[in-house]
This record gives sequence, structure tokens and C-alpha cells, in this order.
Amino acid sequence: MFVARSIAADHKDLIHDVSYDFHGRRMATCSSDQSVKVWDKSDNGEWHCTASWKTHSGSVWRVTWAHPEFGQVLASCSFDRTAAVWEEIVGESNDKQRGLSHWIKRTTLVDSRTSVTDVKFAPKHMGLVLATCSADGVVRIYEAPDVMNLSQWSLQHEISCKLSCSCISWNPSSSRAHPPMIAVGSDDNNVTYSGKVQIYEYNENTRKYAKAETLMTVTDPVHDIAFAPNLGRSFHVLAIATKDVRIFKLIPLRRENATSSGPTKFEVQVMAQFDSHNSQVWRVSWNITSTLLASSGDDGCVRLWKANYMDNWKCTGILRGDGSPVNGSSGQGTALSAVGSAGAQSQNSVVGAASAGRYFFPHLDPPRAGSRLALLLPPPSLIEPTCETDHTHAHQPPQIRRRYTPALPTQPAEHD
Amino acid sequence: HKELNNLSLIPGVGLKQKHVGFEWGPGDILVYETNFKLQGAGSGGPGFPFVHVVRKDEDIYSPILRKLFNESHHIFVGLQNIKDDMPSKNKKPQFVSVSKNYRSVIRACMEELQQVAGIVNSGHIFSCTVSILLAIELIWNLCEVLFIDAAPAGILLLHLLDWVRLHKADVDEKVREVLQSESPTHHHAYWEVVISFVLQGRMDEARQILMKQANLQPASRPIYQLMDSLLQKMPIFNPGSTQTLTEFDVKWRHWHEECDRYLQDNSFASNRHLETICKILVGDEDTMLEHKELLGTWYHFLVSRLLFFHPTVKPSELHYYAQSSMDMFLDSRSAPEPLDSILLAAFEFDLHQVIKDCSIALNNWWFVAHLTDLLDHCKLLQSHNLHFGSNLREFLVLEYASGLFSHHSLWQLAVDYFDHCPEFGRVYLELQIERVPLETERKALKVLRICEQRQMNEQVRSICKIMAKRALSNNRLGSALSWSIRAKDAAFATLISERFLQDYCTRGSFSDLDLIDNLGPAMLLSDRLTFLGKYREFHRLYGEMRFTEAAKLLLSLMTAKIAPRSFWMTLLTDALPLLEQKEVNTYVHNAELQRPIYNCFSHGTNTVEHTAEEEV
Repeated sequence: MFVARSIAADHKDLIHDVSYDFHGRRMATCSSDQSVKVWDKSDNGEWHCTASWKTHSGSVWRVTWAHPEFGQVLASCSFDRTAAVWEEIVGESNDKQRGLSHWIKRTTLVDSRTSVTDVKFAPKHMGLVLATCSADGVVRIYEAPDVMNLSQWSLQHEISCKLSCSCISWNPSSSRAHPPMIAVGSDDNNVTYSGKVQIYEYNENTRKYAKAETLMTVTDPVHDIAFAPNLGRSFHVLAIATKDVRIFKLIPLRRENATSSGPTKFEVQVMAQFDSHNSQVWRVSWNITSTLLASSGDDGCVRLWKANYMDNWKCTGILRGDGSPVNGSSGQGTALSAVGSAGAQSQNSVVGAASAGRYFFPHLDPPRAGSRLALLLPPPSLIEPTCETDHTHAHQPPQIRRRYTPALPTQPAEHD
Repeated sequence: HKELNNLSLIPGVGLKQKHVGFEWGPGDILVYETNFKLQGAGSGGPGFPFVHVVRKDEDIYSPILRKLFNESHHIFVGLQNIKDDMPSKNKKPQFVSVSKNYRSVIRACMEELQQVAGIVNSGHIFSCTVSILLAIELIWNLCEVLFIDAAPAGILLLHLLDWVRLHKADVDEKVREVLQSESPTHHHAYWEVVISFVLQGRMDEARQILMKQANLQPASRPIYQLMDSLLQKMPIFNPGSTQTLTEFDVKWRHWHEECDRYLQDNSFASNRHLETICKILVGDEDTMLEHKELLGTWYHFLVSRLLFFHPTVKPSELHYYAQSSMDMFLDSRSAPEPLDSILLAAFEFDLHQVIKDCSIALNNWWFVAHLTDLLDHCKLLQSHNLHFGSNLREFLVLEYASGLFSHHSLWQLAVDYFDHCPEFGRVYLELQIERVPLETERKALKVLRICEQRQMNEQVRSICKIMAKRALSNNRLGSALSWSIRAKDAAFATLISERFLQDYCTRGSFSDLDLIDNLGPAMLLSDRLTFLGKYREFHRLYGEMRFTEAAKLLLSLMTAKIAPRSFWMTLLTDALPLLEQKEVNTYVHNAELQRPIYNCFSHGTNTVEHTAEEEV
């Protein structure tokens, strides 16, 4: 793998979360500098900051996008005990020309009395629904009943988890066989002998969320949790970041009594467990089709995990900081694999039919300088120079915040 | 140590904070330095400004290989359509021809790349890709010989010879150089060329070159003639003839013994080159190994060794000769490389190992996906005791298709691959296609068509909804309306219809007339939309001076009560000029129709009062 480009995010403090929108054309960053920035990808792949505004009066932990069916909507949560919902509105045309957009606050959710540690939109088939969790151990589920009016949110459910909550994940399954389900992880250090992952399920009859399962084997603090896309299967797959990476399979058991109104019971299996981080794991996340799981831990590595066709899991990649100061201008992307052997590339440039690819295949040993593995490097054309050095928004003064601009009838022409 | 292989270092990360945050994206992953332990206020420190976009180095997806993806896609789709019920005997030639088609696409790509590399003189990128393609073609060709064509003893060696000749073609360059020189027989590479031809079993060519030498040296003419006749007489198995393998074997042994006799009685002792050739003809391994640089590879050595030692080798015996040839050829210093292991696994008929090693060594899925798919069609995965055969095929095809899908201009090719994965293809396509960025209406329509063809109703609805929402926020009401009609989203259509009516009230005219005039049955999606369509129809009738019809329509709009309350006054105002028309007058004065108008009037005035109160 290689760094294709580096984007100067220009936050004044630590970045806590980076979030792609549904189509991967936009991203949002949030930081301890209390701001959120929105970035748009241009056709040539460059990222431009199109909005940057103060969102909270404390560190912003997470930022997340709603499904584009609901428009351009973000939610953020913060140490300031609130979560907020933001909507982009089409601004004046000269703003558009300058590549700026306006985000206005639609609501502030102030029900928590402690830091709001996670915020997640529910799967779109449930409507515009948002869950938050907080350090005081409460999961709150809000709903915007009128998707055209995002300033009205009602608190639909408050689930008391009894343990300080650090993370939530909605089950993405839209199958009728699966009622809405949310998993909650706790990083509580005080209670040692209890399950730190709880799973709640919506009950159609009582119209409430009820606890369906506690993963009793997970007793160490949990920092992140992620349901995998369902892929049309009857069971659910849940990844957990705790003292190691764990992947659980939750198989719904057939109800004894069809009319029983209790929550679904599950058979819980551990599909995989990786302790290669050798320490606390902080984040887990699936790719779109859940063929890859990424995890990040105290060892400073992001590890990529992949199952083969026999469901054997393996680490297929590791990303780690090199611990060196970044070159201020960062003018050039850098090849990562086979570091230091780039100079050896020319060695094997003779290609006749005779070489028949012998020079392509790497040894299984670690790459040495001058080894044939050098040819595994991506061609320079793929290492695009970064765009951020000359990008004009990097040093702009703080941009207009929360200024409501009524939509004008003028409209940009859409190219077909 | 093995881990080091897939470790990638991110420059500038890990300096101040030890944690690395990440986010999955389409075809890449974002990473940034952070501190997950922080639970309170900010660190107050300086910024940690970079977000790095990290990509997989699957350079196989680079645009120069577009042709490979496009053409192999056609072959793949064709292969899926070969009828299952055809007797397997008839299928084999088809599968061999599919295999050859795949290989010729690889070859065409290589040739094109080599040309481009020559023009641009930017050698490295291209030569790197070319060597990958060469390796792929080499492995594929061997798999074709061993697994797909599955030639029996006799023909097997002929195929292997073709394989070696194809991939060790530098002899042809060299012979051209020698023949074009002033004095070919004195050229330093003269004997190398002769021996190379012999080692590849190209006896006629070897003889032609040898003749040049013989003509110059009348004194040694007899031994040249002797060699010439040995080379000429060498029996080659001819699968087309009536000759049996046993007959061929007997003939070959006679010839072999004859060569051996001449060697023993020192017939060639006066010419060391001819003696060397004779030693090769009797299958002397040491002599062959003295010409390692002409052989180039252990598998060339293997094939030459079989040619002069055991030309009737059976498939089941191959692995023994392969292993020993590799051991003899590679000295102890150079360990076998992945390509060696892959070829060896193929000679051992260990298909699973071939696929597995290729997946690891190649870092791209094009090759393993297509080859495995073909082998699966040949029903080879089962016969080799890989009971997870169809899973393996689907796994690899899904991986390849997912890779294609993450590419902004190749994603459409992936659709057909997903279509031919019975277990997870559909759900993968659903997950991937809804993420395709809909930059333009045209692209949205393209994505939509793919979803509609596959009855992916939820994706169809979602795409239309996204487009409708976007058009509305950009104030393009017509587009928003047509997308919400496509999405069958009644609530949204109502909302947009209302916006149209509001706009009419403020501006006195309608936009997007084409759309509204041609709503047809789509009008029935929501009451408000029906009203919009009908109300516009009223305007049209009025404009065409068809007053009676216009009045009838207006009346029906009033009586059906589908008009929004806020619009009633407008309706009544519209009615006024109509009442002045003569023909309408007689119609309206019909007693049966007076009641509804009166009702509407009273409602209308109520509404006005009501609104007035609210305003107060």
C-alpha cells in the first residue's frame, strides 16, 4: 500500500474522527479544536475544504453522515455533553463559485449529562433515526418524524445500560426477519466482571428496546463495535475492539413460541480473535462488503484482516506511522512497500520474453535493498503528487458559520 | 518476519501521538494521527494536520490494462453461457479455445505495452507490467496444457515443447542476428543458436544452420552429414497418424541407441560442438546443464530432458521429473522463487496450491479469478478433491469484481461478474452499486438501468430519492418531481407539487410545462400531484379557449376536494373570467351545478376569513 496523497487538514488540535459520506465523494473531519470541516473531492481527485465551522464547546469525538436520501446531513457529538445535527443548504452563487458551502445547525440534543461518546444514524429503512451514547451509561434514540424538517427531533427511547458507554453500532440488516437492533460497548473500568457488550432489540409489541443479549465473555473495556453488512444471511456478525479484536457470530434462535413477545435469543459464537496488537484495540471497522476488517490499537498500527473462502482469518496488511517529521510541503506522495529499495528498480528493467516474469515474484523473506521485490512497487504514475500545498482554502480566515441563507431560485446547471 | 511483507509505513505519522485513526473509503483508506485515550478537553497542542489517503498497490487496475479487462470480460461472459447440458466430450475443445482466447488477450496486451514502452521510453512502469503479464501467461499456458487440454502421454511432450518455445523466444532474435552478420559461421553465437534449437527440438532449423558450416568445411563434411541424418531421423510423435504410442516408443529407442553408438565409437570426437549435440541427443543431463544460460530456466531443462530421455512421459510421472530438474538446475544458493513453486505445483497437478500461491504472489485477482472460473467450468476443482470448488471460484470472482468496482471507470464491467456468482453476487452488487457516485443525471440513469434490469427495487427507489432530494435542494423542481415519480415517493411528490403551486401563486406561471403536461397516469401518485396536473390542464384548456371544458374541469377540481385549502381562493379567482363567457354561463346556470360552486365559495370565503384571523 502507498500514500496516494496527504491532505493538510489544518485542524488546530487532534483529529478524532474522519468520516466518508455514502458515495465517498465527501468527507468530514472533527477535532479537539471544537470544529468540523467538510471536504469535497474534485474530479481530479483533489480534496478541497468547503466548510469549516465551530460545532461544539468541547472536543468533537465523532462526526457521521446521514444517508443521502435525507439530504446532506451530518451529526456530531462532543465532550460538551451534546450531539448536534447539521444540514447543508445551497448558498449564494458566489459562495458556490468560491467552493464554499453553508451548514446550519438543525438541532442540539442536550439530554445527556455527560460527554456524548458516539453518534450513529440508523439504517435508512428505519427513517431518519439517530442514536447517541454517553459516559453516563445511556443510549438515546431520536427521530425526525418529518424528514423535510430536520429541526424537529423527538427523543424516542432512552436505554439505560448501567455502564459508561463508549460506542454504538446499528445492525444494518433490512430484512423483515430482523427487528431493529443496536449494540452498545462499554469502556467502564470500575466493573470488572460483567459483559461489556450489550445488544438491544426493538420490540414491535411493547414499542420499546429490550436487552436481547450481553456478551458475557467480553469483560475488558470495549472502545469500538461494528456490525458487518448482513449479506442476506440469517445471522449477524459483530466486530469488537477490546483488549484484542474479536469477531462474534450471533445466530438468532428459533422462538419456542411464535406469539412470544420476548426479545430474540442468540447463539453466540466467536468467529475469530486476534491479539496481534498485543494491547488495547481502539477502533474496528468493516469495508463495504465486509470482506475486510480494519482495527487500530495501542501498538500504533492499523491492521487489515481478511477471511478466505474457508473462513480462515489472516492479517493481510499493516499500516504504521514511521515516526518521522512530515516534510512541511509534502509535495510528493511516498511509496510505502519495500521501503528503501526503490533505487533497485532499474536493475531489472530488461524485459525480453526470456525473463518470463521470473523477476516479478518476491521472495517470502522481508524485502532487502536491491531485491527483486522492488518491482512490486506501484508505478510512479499511481503515486500522485499531493494537491494540498497550493490549495487556496488552507489559510483562509474562519468561514461563515450557521448563517441561514434562504435558498434562491437561481440554480446551477447540472451537466448530463 | 513474515509480517514485514505487508507492513506499510506512513510518513509523518506516529511522531507526537502513537495512535492511528482510519476510515474506509471506496478503493482507499484514510489514516491520521490521533489519541484515542483522550477523554476530556483538547490536548491544546499544535495541530496534527494530515489526513493520508492510502491505496492498495494493485497497479493491475491501471488504465494501460483497460483492454485486458474489457476483452477478458467478453470471454468470461461467453464462457458462462456455454450450455451445461452439452456432453462434456464436446465441451473440451470449447474450453481449450476459451483458454487460448484469454491467453491471446494477455499476449496482445503485452505487445501493446512493449510498443508503448519503446515510444515513451518510460520503460519501467511498462516493463514491470509486462513481466507480470509474461508470468501470468506462462502459468496459464502450462495450466492449459496440463489441466484443460489434459493431453495424454506422447502429445503431452509436444504441448510442453510448444510451451517452452513460446516462452523462450530469444533464440529467434539471436538467429536473425547470426544470419544477418557478414560471416554467420564465425559469429560468436553460432553454436549457441544451433544448440538452442536442438534443446527445443527444432531439428529442421538446427540442420539448416549446421549446413552452412558443413559447406565451408569439406574435410569434415561426413560428420556433419552424419549429424544431419541423426537430427533428421529423430522420431517425433505424430498424434494425427495411425502410429501407436508403443510403435513410436520402439522407433525412438532405436534412434536413441543409434545416437549412443556414434557417441561411444567417438564418431564426433573431432568436433567438440557436434559431440556436445550428440551428448544432448542421448539425454546427457550434465551436458545440458553446461548450457544453463541457453536453457534459462529449470522448466526448459525439464522439457529438453524429457525430449531426449523420456518423450512418452505420462502426466502422472511429470512431478518426479519436475522436482529433480528443479533441484539439478537451481544451485543450492538460489532458493526457488514463488514462480518456481507455482509451476512445480502445476506439474504436481496440485491445482489448489497453484491458485493459492498465485493469489499470494500476484497481488491481483484478475488471473486467479479467470483461471479458477475456467477450471471450475471444466469440472476440475471437484475432480481434484476440492469440494469447496464453487466457493473458491465465487470467492475469487467476487474479489476481482469488487476490485473492478472500486475503479471509477471499470465498475460497469464488474456487474456481469457479480451476476455470475450465485451465492453472494447479488448482495455484493447491491452493496456496491448504491455507492457509485451519482455526479450527473446521466450517470444516475446508467446506474438505475443496471438496477432496474435486475429488479433491485430498493436500490432503484433509493437512487431516485437521492436524485430527487438533490434536485430539490438545488431548486430544480422539474427534475425533483420526475425523480420522485420514478421513486414512487408520494410524500415527496406532494411536497414538490406544493412547491410548484406556490411558485405559480407568486409568479403566475408554471415552470417545467413539458413534464407537467405529460404526467399521464403518474399523476395518480399523490392527490396533490393529481391536482397539479389537472389544474395545469385547466390552464391549457382555457388558453385554447375551450371554455366549457375548462369550466367542467374547474368544477370537478372544486368538487373532488383535492385542492389544498390555501389554493381555493385562486381557484375561485380563476372561475370569475369563465363565468363571463356565454357558453359557460348557460352551463353553470344549470341548477345541478350551482350547489358545488356555492359550496366552494362558502368554503373559500371561510378559508379567507380563517386565514385573516390567523394573521391577526
